[in-house]
Amino acid sequence: MLDNLRLYGRYIGISFRGQMQYRASFIMLSLGHFLMTGLEFAGIWALFARFESLGDWSLPEVALFYGIINVSFSLCDATSRGFDVFSTKNGEFDRILLRPRSTALQLAGQELTLRRIGRLSQGLLVLLWAAHTLGIPWTPDRILLLLFTILGGACLFYGLIVFQATLSFWTTESLEIFNTMTYGGVETAQYPLAIYRPWFRRFFTYVIPLACISYYPSLALLDRPDPLGSTVLFQWFAPFIGIAFLILSLQVWQFGVRHYRSTGS
Amino acid sequence: MTPYLAVINARFRMLLQYRIAALAGMSTQLFWGLIRVMIFEAFYRSSVAVQPMTLPEVVNYVWLGQAMFAMLPWWIDSEIRTMVRSGTVVYELVRPLDLYTFWYFRAIASRAAPTLLRATPLFVCAFLFFDLQLPPSLGSAAAWLLATLGALLLGCAISNLIHISMLWTIAGEGVIQIVQVSIFIFSGMIVPLPLFPDWAQPFLEFLPFRGLADIPFRLYMGHIPAHEIWSMLAHQLIWAGTLILIGRFLLGRASRRLVVQGG
Repeated sequence: MLDNLRLYGRYIGISFRGQMQYRASFIMLSLGHFLMTGLEFAGIWALFARFESLGDWSLPEVALFYGIINVSFSLCDATSRGFDVFSTKNGEFDRILLRPRSTALQLAGQELTLRRIGRLSQGLLVLLWAAHTLGIPWTPDRILLLLFTILGGACLFYGLIVFQATLSFWTTESLEIFNTMTYGGVETAQYPLAIYRPWFRRFFTYVIPLACISYYPSLALLDRPDPLGSTVLFQWFAPFIGIAFLILSLQVWQFGVRHYRSTGS
Repeated sequence: MTPYLAVINARFRMLLQYRIAALAGMSTQLFWGLIRVMIFEAFYRSSVAVQPMTLPEVVNYVWLGQAMFAMLPWWIDSEIRTMVRSGTVVYELVRPLDLYTFWYFRAIASRAAPTLLRATPLFVCAFLFFDLQLPPSLGSAAAWLLATLGALLLGCAISNLIHISMLWTIAGEGVIQIVQVSIFIFSGMIVPLPLFPDWAQPFLEFLPFRGLADIPFRLYMGHIPAHEIWSMLAHQLIWAGTLILIGRFLLGRASRRLVVQGG
């Protein structure tokens, strides 16, 4: 375990130094990423300027949802590049199989995409603004819940990307449909789940447990009763489901690896 | 003119091969459209004040946006990017053609073909299941078609500018990203332009980007009356002309001082 961590550290170090060779490009891309996500938030702000509120949700409350989901996603996005571009098409995977380390570790260590710091810092800014404006009492347990939620969210998105990569064992090409789930999930979770139609809420609760890493724990942070009627205890422990989702997806990945047949030459 | 038309023809035929990709793209677009529609429904539920657009109008706007998504100049022609990176762009320069026109026609085909493939089934779906309405009059429909053509011409002028900018900065992705986001937000794809604060309206009306989406969409539903089509078309075409002139000038400069990469 410790050995694996050390290896992962080495991988990340290499990736870091590699990207720092193109420093100007890195800065431009991060800045572009920052402004891109910033303008998205400007869109939300413009809607609030026009409508004043979204049901009984205020702009700072929506900003909390926005901040949490964007920070979670950017953490996943920065570390999951290896799985994201994974494809069995060129037979590259044979090389990875030959090495005496776990395949998941090698793919995870392929790249730490530094420019995602653009979305991360933008999400953090919005999150801090929301946390400040809402006057949430930041007791240690709340801070822990926030960190736990972000971790759960990153795990959930990571799990989705691992699922997408796993499918490529059978389909060779990776499927765009999972992009809909990840980016669509981020878009969805930027607003409280309660505003959506029931079938859509059910999809993002039971099929893809997005609500468990954004909506429910955020309610606990906000100390708001749930219009959908969940209990406080559930809200505090819901992010576990995101972690469970990642563990499940890694099991399916192992199953996929056993079914791998080499292509390419 | 013939070689340029041949480019359109060839690219059209190539791009129409990707029918499965279009289907996948369409389901993505339906999903996104639904999320947007639900968000707007929630906003409208919570407000009793009279807004510059009604909810059914916004729903139309969202679906038109999803249908016309592929026409917006938000993506880069990856072949041109590869050409610039690898240096094979010199082959483009030695062709006995006007490079600007060549790329422009190529852009027309690359925007129109996937749009046609995606928009048609999406229109049918949105119309049958998701509350898209038909234009209120024939005049509005005609105005919409004309403005869509204008949007295509304007969009290709913008995408050509983006492609030409790659000749100057290989690592220009950061700048390109910012241009892409400006396109999304100022064309009305993220939030319909009439819903922006009133103080922002003169600014939005001046910018070229509204010609890409906002103008045709509002003509479609009669939010801009059909008889205003000529001034709207003028807005699109004047901007398209200006951007074409800028693009030509920059391309001329770039090809004189071009350093070709690779060997």
